[in-house]
Amino acid sequence: MKAIDVDQVQQAIDRYANKPVYIHLETTNGAYASHFDDKAYNIGVFIRNAKISYEHGKIVGTDQAYRVGLKTDMGWVYAEGLSQWEIDSDDRLLMAGHDREGRLMVALEIGEKPFDY
Amino acid sequence: MEKHVVVIYPHPDDEAFGASGTITKFREEGIPVTYLCGTLGEMGRNMGNPTFATRESLPEIRKKELIAACEVLDVELRMLGYRDKTLEFESKDEVAKRLRTILEEVKPSLVITHYPEHAVHPDHNALGAAAIEAVRQMNPSSRPKVWAQAISNDHLEKLGNPDICFDITPFFQKKMDTILSHRSQADGVLGKMKKDPNQDKDLEAIAKERMGVERFYTWNFES
Repeated sequence: MKAIDVDQVQQAIDRYANKPVYIHLETTNGAYASHFDDKAYNIGVFIRNAKISYEHGKIVGTDQAYRVGLKTDMGWVYAEGLSQWEIDSDDRLLMAGHDREGRLMVALEIGEKPFDY
Repeated sequence: MEKHVVVIYPHPDDEAFGASGTITKFREEGIPVTYLCGTLGEMGRNMGNPTFATRESLPEIRKKELIAACEVLDVELRMLGYRDKTLEFESKDEVAKRLRTILEEVKPSLVITHYPEHAVHPDHNALGAAAIEAVRQMNPSSRPKVWAQAISNDHLEKLGNPDICFDITPFFQKKMDTILSHRSQADGVLGKMKKDPNQDKDLEAIAKERMGVERFYTWNFES
């Protein structure tokens, strides 16, 4: 993945608007957070292959971290802390944020075909 | 002497961090070892440092790393095809049945797995519980022994001292080579062990300190 280029990511978000797409949305601090620090909490969420369609989407932020919001008919898809992106070999838009050690903290991915189960 | 050892853990690298010294000891005695690996660690957080994997490329990368690690250890590998983080939501009976079928085919004298409820990661606890259930369901006359590995911070307090302890420092190089086969995971996990980020000991020295002994509890099927 490479550092987010707002214009290019915005173009990719626009490209997937108003058509059925599959979403992978995730945040996690790992299964060992409270094992290594008894004051920490284990937090994690993911939804994989949610089929949605969004009217429009936008990327906003600074080069430290970006937010992406996708406006749907009935609600929103939201992710904060994104800093890297790529279009992968299956033409899917992958966005993620990692900590200083390269561990994934947040991911939002959009594709026209379902993600591998 | 063991006849055949089956190791049952959910993630590529659990075998490296948890039991690669013990596995090496068995292999050097000529004992066959089979690793049943539950998932491909698809939901792992470590993407390499600097990152070279994505959420979507990680499964293939970890599969290759797992195959390489099993070549280093010279063990037979079987991948069970569950998905990372979801094992505790599968039917325990079905997972146990599947494991029992494999165990009845391989006929090991020893099974190594995680100690349920004392193995921190929900996948560890779930697969450990299914493995023990699988062995419990076998005919007592042909049941393998089970060595269960506990890693929770309070396991000594709750379970007492483990009865099986191997000083694996003679095999430590092999253990490091196995860990480093899991390139996408090794730095992140080893780095976690470095309590003070400024200390100048290298990762291998820290690993030796933390992982020089592998410990297991013999499961008691009578109680």
